[in-house]
Amino acid sequence: MKAYGTAHKYGDNVDTDVIIPARYLNTSDPKELASKCMIDIDKDFVNRVKPGDIMVANKNFGCGSSREHAPIALKASGIRCVIAETFARIFYRNAINIGLPIIECPDAAKEIESGDQVEVDFDKGIIYNHTKGTQYQGQAFPEFMQNIIKAEGLINYINNKA
Amino acid sequence: MGMTMTQKILAAHAGVSQVSAGQLIEVDLDLVLGNDVTAPVAIREMEKMKIRKVFDRNKIALVPDHFTPNKDIKSAQNCKYMREFAINQDITNYFEIGEMGIEHALLPEKGLVVAGDVVIGADSHTCTYGALGAFSTGVGSTDMAAGMATGRAWFKVPAALRFILKGKPSNWVNGKDIILHIIGRIGVDGALYKSMEFIGDGIANLSMDDRFTIANMAIEAGAKNGIFPVDDITISYMKEHSDKAFTRYEADEDADYEQTYEIDLSAIKPTVAFPHLPENTHTIDQVGEIKIDQVVIGSCTNGRLSDLRTAAKVLEGRKIAKGMRLIIFPATQAIYLQAMEEGLIATFIKAGAVVSTPTCGPCLGGHMGVLAAGERAVATTNRNFVGRMGHVESEIYLASPAVAAASAVTGKISSPEELGL
Repeated sequence: MKAYGTAHKYGDNVDTDVIIPARYLNTSDPKELASKCMIDIDKDFVNRVKPGDIMVANKNFGCGSSREHAPIALKASGIRCVIAETFARIFYRNAINIGLPIIECPDAAKEIESGDQVEVDFDKGIIYNHTKGTQYQGQAFPEFMQNIIKAEGLINYINNKA
Repeated sequence: MGMTMTQKILAAHAGVSQVSAGQLIEVDLDLVLGNDVTAPVAIREMEKMKIRKVFDRNKIALVPDHFTPNKDIKSAQNCKYMREFAINQDITNYFEIGEMGIEHALLPEKGLVVAGDVVIGADSHTCTYGALGAFSTGVGSTDMAAGMATGRAWFKVPAALRFILKGKPSNWVNGKDIILHIIGRIGVDGALYKSMEFIGDGIANLSMDDRFTIANMAIEAGAKNGIFPVDDITISYMKEHSDKAFTRYEADEDADYEQTYEIDLSAIKPTVAFPHLPENTHTIDQVGEIKIDQVVIGSCTNGRLSDLRTAAKVLEGRKIAKGMRLIIFPATQAIYLQAMEEGLIATFIKAGAVVSTPTCGPCLGGHMGVLAAGERAVATTNRNFVGRMGHVESEIYLASPAVAAASAVTGKISSPEELGL
């Protein structure tokens, strides 16, 4: 499983209220949510992002609410995966459960900048920065979580087992 | 090796004698919770499953509290969808408006959670029930769907931080100041993925309301859960509200903690979290002169009876500052009624406050008190991220009910002592 796209870089503590503000939580339609993704800290994100792009952030990405609307908005906006130094625990769980690949890698998170061309090989857990000519080793998921991501989410995983 | 209190509860629900930090387990759930924002997504996910019926109609709680009474057409549709699911699945614990309350105040009041339970809720403040000696944690809608269908959830066993609480809180200091002090100390990711286990002699000096407030904000330090030991105060509360059998767990003497913090409750001052993170704390003597447009007293953090009584003590016989907007939200109908019978509601209205039916409302910038650009609020809520309560150029200061009420009177962030109290 691979990802290849342009990086969109953010800092520490990117919380769920900026990923998708509460005033849009009366809908759960992925397209509608995608159109409002990140607007309170980066109005231009929705116009800039292309399918296959990669979001990169520092510490505690996705902190705050348990709203699944946050990873749903990111996935529907075209973001193929999120690389961060650390993830907030509910966001981490939600991303895996909806089949949005995420990877923890402090070095990659620090060095990647917006606009870099980044490739992720999930099977090996390796991140390639083609703009800077560097590569990083990300943290591998336990097999159980890899299986959920491969099944594209928890519901599929449970259905397949049934 | 010894287990923490959290690890013991998880082991028991996984049907094993021992678990250790980092281990992946599957546990049986005692309760699955959702609200009008998160349940519709969960219900839609459950429709994709082969399992068609909920695992146990008595072990699910659905509470329309975020955007209710229906704030707009989309919210009305979401509430209808959740209501119809509750009817079709014959859910015992569905609470319509008029009987509901803010979920994390309602569930303990209705006796739906007791010590030793494992609870998941599609709301980040589900960690509140740790005050009752339960393992309780926030999850997303997909986990809620899987939980409703199978009655089980997967977890990575958390490591723990230990907080030894000593002494007695001083006048006007309550659970809110204590937890803000702790988050100020360890940061918004200081407890990332871990249990916050509270122990110590000081706990006997904390009411159940204080403990609910503290456990409620464990998530604001990034914790998986917060948990209190079960003492006479807990048992008395459970006996008053529930006829469910409970199990009392205690951490082993030789349990492993990544870090231990000693907290002297008597040394804690009224504490305020400045924009835009709950960790950005200042004690009241360091606050300076900050003028305020709106005060919100309520929420799953501080909307309980003792919070309202404290606010009423400050507001009794006083009027709020000219131009001030004070909005008060009793967290459940029972609390609202009791507050009415004690004359607290009259005190609030005479002071110039708006008193609302239970709702999460302005806490997340939903309705019932949203902020415009350039406005500042003091709130007894739990989060103050950019745009949390309205416009991205508004500011939120988190505080206790005592500080919130005093600020409403003076028009700037104040402690009750500035009013001579």
